Amino acid sequence: MMIGETVAVAFQSIRANKLRTALTMLGVIIGVAAVIAMVALGTGAQRAVEDRINALGANLLTIYAGQSYNRGVASSSRVSLTTDDADAIQRDATLITAVVPEMQSSLQIKFGNKNINTNVIGTTANYAAVRNYTVPFGRMFTPGDNVSRQRYAVLGWEVPVMLGGNAAAMMGQTITIRGIPFEIIGVLSQKGAAGSFSNPDEQILIPLQTARYRIFGTDRLRSLTVQIAEGVPLERGMVDFERILRREHKIAPGAENDFRVRNQQDILATQQQATQVFTALLASIAGVSLLVGGIGIMNIMLVSVTERTREIGIRKALGATRSNILMQFLIEAMVLSFVGGTLGILLGSGAAVTLSRLAGWNTYVSPMAIFVAFVFSAAVGLFFGILPARRAASLDPIVALRYE
Amino acid sequence: MNATMSTTAERMAMLPEDVPRDAMIVTRNLQREYDMGGEIVRALRGVDVTIRKNEFVAIMGPSGSGKSTLMNMIGCLDSPTGGEYWLNGFRVSELADDELARIRNKEIGFVFQTFNLLPRATALHNVELPLVYAGIGAKARVAKATEALRQVGLADRMHHRPNELSGGQRQRVAVARALVNDPSIILADEPTGNLDSATSAEIMALFEDLYKGGQTIVLVTHEHDIATHAARQIHLLDGRIEKDILTEKSS
Repeated sequence: MMIGETVAVAFQSIRANKLRTALTMLGVIIGVAAVIAMVALGTGAQRAVEDRINALGANLLTIYAGQSYNRGVASSSRVSLTTDDADAIQRDATLITAVVPEMQSSLQIKFGNKNINTNVIGTTANYAAVRNYTVPFGRMFTPGDNVSRQRYAVLGWEVPVMLGGNAAAMMGQTITIRGIPFEIIGVLSQKGAAGSFSNPDEQILIPLQTARYRIFGTDRLRSLTVQIAEGVPLERGMVDFERILRREHKIAPGAENDFRVRNQQDILATQQQATQVFTALLASIAGVSLLVGGIGIMNIMLVSVTERTREIGIRKALGATRSNILMQFLIEAMVLSFVGGTLGILLGSGAAVTLSRLAGWNTYVSPMAIFVAFVFSAAVGLFFGILPARRAASLDPIVALRYE
Repeated sequence: MNATMSTTAERMAMLPEDVPRDAMIVTRNLQREYDMGGEIVRALRGVDVTIRKNEFVAIMGPSGSGKSTLMNMIGCLDSPTGGEYWLNGFRVSELADDELARIRNKEIGFVFQTFNLLPRATALHNVELPLVYAGIGAKARVAKATEALRQVGLADRMHHRPNELSGGQRQRVAVARALVNDPSIILADEPTGNLDSATSAEIMALFEDLYKGGQTIVLVTHEHDIATHAARQIHLLDGRIEKDILTEKSS
């Protein structure tokens, strides 16, 4: 008996019982839709993290001051990272393309009658380029501005809003930082909160030298960000500046570093791992509902086999072999789960799109997820169809023909 | 399986010496026992029957006589627990399930008391069914099924479903289905049991026509008037043949 016939018979019996078929399929539809939507949600979250890694610059390492160690015992004083260290790395490092020193403090900002408290960062002109910022309004300060200690301020994207102003209109106006007037020369592009404590869009950049001599009065840096040259592994770049810093800090061979290095990727890899766990969790919960859908199919197929015992008897009397009957019921179960799976994929994708439209969540329906859901729903049909189909195939034709 | 590949003549040569060469059905000491919860019920206790090509035989007997069991054996729906059975030269008593299914498909046309049509399929599709399992293509199926329905006088009703047909028409569809694959025998189990007398007469007339056309027909019934249509009556009692008589009343 040809497969085409068997499929036709399957569709025929599916059509014959529309309501029941619809309800049976609903289990698979919901299961597959849930898997698709949940995986889309998880993948979307993962992608958002990946995008953020790229936005922050994947080849950046940030150095913080740490503890100094004396014969393995941490000394009480915190060692500083200074502008001299930055200069030394800038001068001697071979695998590093940019060094961005940062001084930072949360300071009082005034603009007109508005008064806010936010992070002020003293840094060099290459900050924007290294951190992948653009400057949609005005301009970034230049190395010359830095050397001449200009009182220029470049605002984060959110700052104009916080100050109750409008980015374009604020160009050239004056804000005061700790009572000292600064001219607003630019506004940085938007980054979005990176899930850390400080929002990079709420900070104000000023030239490092201005910060050092006019605001902070110290050469101590909060951090030093270095950009490793293209194509150089992060580890090698690290060795490069570690050598320079150890020399600058006069650390004896074998002693611990008195600074800490943080890798943007490390931080975000942790986040990514969290979203992966989240995705797996969502997918497995959704998978359970698909399993329940499969059990629903098995249940209905068993009922169907009992109901159609006589039909099976007739078919066997007319020459259907065990495998003919087995295939008929198996294909019926698979058609149920396949059609259910297809509808579920449509519904799930629709739900994912709706979620991202209405709730603004990141979703991404990957072709892989669709493929897996498809294969999985067919497998559910096969797996849960086998028991009823075997039962049908093994019916004794005499008993089946007499069945009322 | 070479038995199904061989020609009819080759198979016939392998029959026991003492049976005629045109024997369709040959049983030798056919036995069937059922194990009913530890108690052995002997439904057939050694039946020897030979039915030749183009015979019209009625198998009769009271309930419990074993006639249903014998019909199941002849129809290859069940396997004997003892003895031998040849159908059209095939040594059926030796065959496994799937081979039996093929024999049923090719060699036997069933007509049942309760018609046993698929309720959701049209008359045409019901008649096509044996051809589907024979692996015949859609076009040839429709042609053969249409021809079979025409033969039983239902050409104009072939797109109706069983519930749109009268009892007599349904049984005609069943007869068409039995005929469609050119079987060696037509096996009818109480074919008039669910029909009124007028319709019964019509169906029996149809069987007689088929008989005259060269078909071999085995009819299982407990009604004497129905059995009189047959040319030969085999009476069963307690799992054995009680009498085997030629009536040859048919004109």
